[in-house]
Amino acid sequence: MSNPPDLVPGEPDASSEDRPSPESESRRSVHDLWLSGTEAPRELGPFTDEGAQEMLAGESPELLASQTGTLVDDDYEVSSRSADDELQIINMGPQHPATHGVLRLHLELDGETIRRVKPIIGYLHTGMEKTAEALTFMQGSTNVTRMDYLSPLHNELGYSLAVEKLLEVEVPPRAAAIRVLMSELNRIASHLLWCATSGFDIGALSMMIYGLRERESLLEFFEKTTGLRMNHNYIRPGGVAADLPPDWREDMVSIIAIVEAGLADYVTLLLGNPIFIERTRGVGILTHDECLAYGVTGPVARASGVDYDVRKVFPYSGFEQYDFEVPTTTNGDVYDRFLIRFEEIRQSIRIVKQVVETIPDGDYRTEDRKVTPPPRARIDESMEALIHHFKIFTEGFKVPAGETYQAVESSRGELGMYLVSDGGSKPWRLHVRGPSFANVQSLPMMLADSLIADTVAALASADPVMGDVDR
Amino acid sequence: MTTVPAGLVAAAAAFPEVEFESVLGDTVARASRDEVVGLLEAVRDAGFELFIDLCAVDYLSRNPRFDIAVNVVSVSQSLRLRVLVGIPGTDPQMPTVSSVYPGSNFYEREAFDLFGIEFSDHPDMTRILLPDDWEGHPLRKDIPVGSVPVQFKGANKAR
Amino acid sequence: MARPSSSPNLVTAVLDKAVHWAQTRSMWPASFGLACCAIEMMATGAAHNDLSRFGMEVFRASPRQADLMIVAGRVSQKMAPVLRQVYDQMADPKWVISMGACASSGGMFNNYALVQGVDQVVPVDIYVPGCPPGPQSLMHGILSLQEGIKAGEIVR
Repeated sequence: MSNPPDLVPGEPDASSEDRPSPESESRRSVHDLWLSGTEAPRELGPFTDEGAQEMLAGESPELLASQTGTLVDDDYEVSSRSADDELQIINMGPQHPATHGVLRLHLELDGETIRRVKPIIGYLHTGMEKTAEALTFMQGSTNVTRMDYLSPLHNELGYSLAVEKLLEVEVPPRAAAIRVLMSELNRIASHLLWCATSGFDIGALSMMIYGLRERESLLEFFEKTTGLRMNHNYIRPGGVAADLPPDWREDMVSIIAIVEAGLADYVTLLLGNPIFIERTRGVGILTHDECLAYGVTGPVARASGVDYDVRKVFPYSGFEQYDFEVPTTTNGDVYDRFLIRFEEIRQSIRIVKQVVETIPDGDYRTEDRKVTPPPRARIDESMEALIHHFKIFTEGFKVPAGETYQAVESSRGELGMYLVSDGGSKPWRLHVRGPSFANVQSLPMMLADSLIADTVAALASADPVMGDVDR
Repeated sequence: MTTVPAGLVAAAAAFPEVEFESVLGDTVARASRDEVVGLLEAVRDAGFELFIDLCAVDYLSRNPRFDIAVNVVSVSQSLRLRVLVGIPGTDPQMPTVSSVYPGSNFYEREAFDLFGIEFSDHPDMTRILLPDDWEGHPLRKDIPVGSVPVQFKGANKAR
Repeated sequence: MARPSSSPNLVTAVLDKAVHWAQTRSMWPASFGLACCAIEMMATGAAHNDLSRFGMEVFRASPRQADLMIVAGRVSQKMAPVLRQVYDQMADPKWVISMGACASSGGMFNNYALVQGVDQVVPVDIYVPGCPPGPQSLMHGILSLQEGIKAGEIVR
């Protein structure tokens, strides 16, 4: 366990309190469950009331104990309570500069210490799963790509793999390699953006300016290859939409050089900075067992010692042929998550270099004309090509009935697609398992007995993307 | 009966009514709603500790109408398991899984919100994604997508 | 700040021009980034495409201190009252740019969950199309707003 930050002397309740260690499970049980009905309605004046999920400060320590049916540790409770205590509730969001999108948090505070946290989500609910049932399988990736909008190619890859699993088609090896390349570049871009916004939230304002600079070079490459800077709709069932541009190897060399230089800058700027270390060491801890129980995956789980990366455990799209490591640490705090994400950028660069060297020639999409449209030039020449093109783009190709679950490792964790088809040309049900949904659910555990100033750091390190949470 | 992965043999033996099969490479178990909590406890104790997903599917014309799919993973054994539970449309409710996997809390609220399936003994059975005063459960198949007609500028011009 | 007058005499015309010019210089946006468009809005404010040359890089968290609300992203039914409340909290004169297809018209999500166009909730001055609009499109939208204000066409 790393050194806890020194608290200001004279602080009434927290000066004698140890920083929570990952092993003290009993303290954690206070924040296990948040029962509705423990809140009482209260006149709060005219304000927007778009949800009845209001909360009222608990009025006595017994309330917390009664939530879990366990006794709260007496020493801890009594010594930290003042005579006329009333817990205060702060509402963070949904419009807030540091909540990474429209996340609303109710924080119940005792002084500066957080007692309970209630995340309220749904402010970005777009009904994408219902829209997916109205779009054909070919159009599906336009919809899915906008869920986790910082890693759009991961969404598309998961969706395409799920559809191909039901169709039982194989994509050519070049298409698989292109998919690996694009998804690793997307991971780098997503982590760079995360670094920029997290640094900005913690207070390193210059991070925002520098962090987005390297990302621009990646977005330029994406625009050249896929046509769009974000939400690319590039990885489709059957392969990818277009081949890589002719000079992509030179682009890769220059991108890798730019990103590595930028990464060296960030490591100097952040990781050695004593203020940064104090703000992030020992903050927002999530233990190994909590990660498993709450379904937390991705860099957050790997920071707590859960050695789970879908690319290694259930490889897809040819990942098993590339040589890379999955970094894990054991402390489970915000500092570790920074370390892990920086290391993941380096490993992604390693994979990109391997793809540049080993990518095979060939088709960039499967030859099965029932699934992928024919080349545009063929339409003038061949009647079958015209008919295939017409059928695919109007009615869509039909996928055999069945259900499947396909997961990919997105920048945030395990992104899963549960796809049910009834034999028609549109999905019967598409459920997307977004990694941020589970990560946001673990926020109360992460923030248990932290100071309110740690909320932003812990939330930033969990990297929630609300499009993934609310869909 | 298809071969059950080594880690699940004990659980399969303890629940003989549950059918295990292999679908497109996934291990799928179909259980009834009375035994699903017990099965998941046995499965969790057998090493499947990482909770992944819980979602609902509405097979409109099938009986039972709804399916709940629970996805779990065993990190130590590199195995995935999907447990399917059939829920009738006339009585859409099921015992909660959150006593076994606390992470299913938000997922069950989402299934309630979008499909109307209630999970008994759930600590907080309220809507999560839609506003609290929303009526209906939009992801059910008998409810339309809710699109509004879009008028295009050239729509009324003579072609 | 003096309200622009409508009667055209020399003194007030010059005063109007001065007022309009001042209103467009360093118009501070309120941060209302919701979804993917918010990322492109951040990219517009970052170093590569720099909003700071128009004095607009400070995204005020508090709506009381902001002039311009860029609604960047899809507005769900749950978010609409919040949007209206933030808009009401802004002080006059205030402008609204609806950024992206989802904010302008509901975009590709014509379904139960989204408000089909943020102009159902707040009055909009400029619509910027795109999904998401690149930084150049957004800047074109912002500059068009500034041109419109200086020309006296957009009056608040």
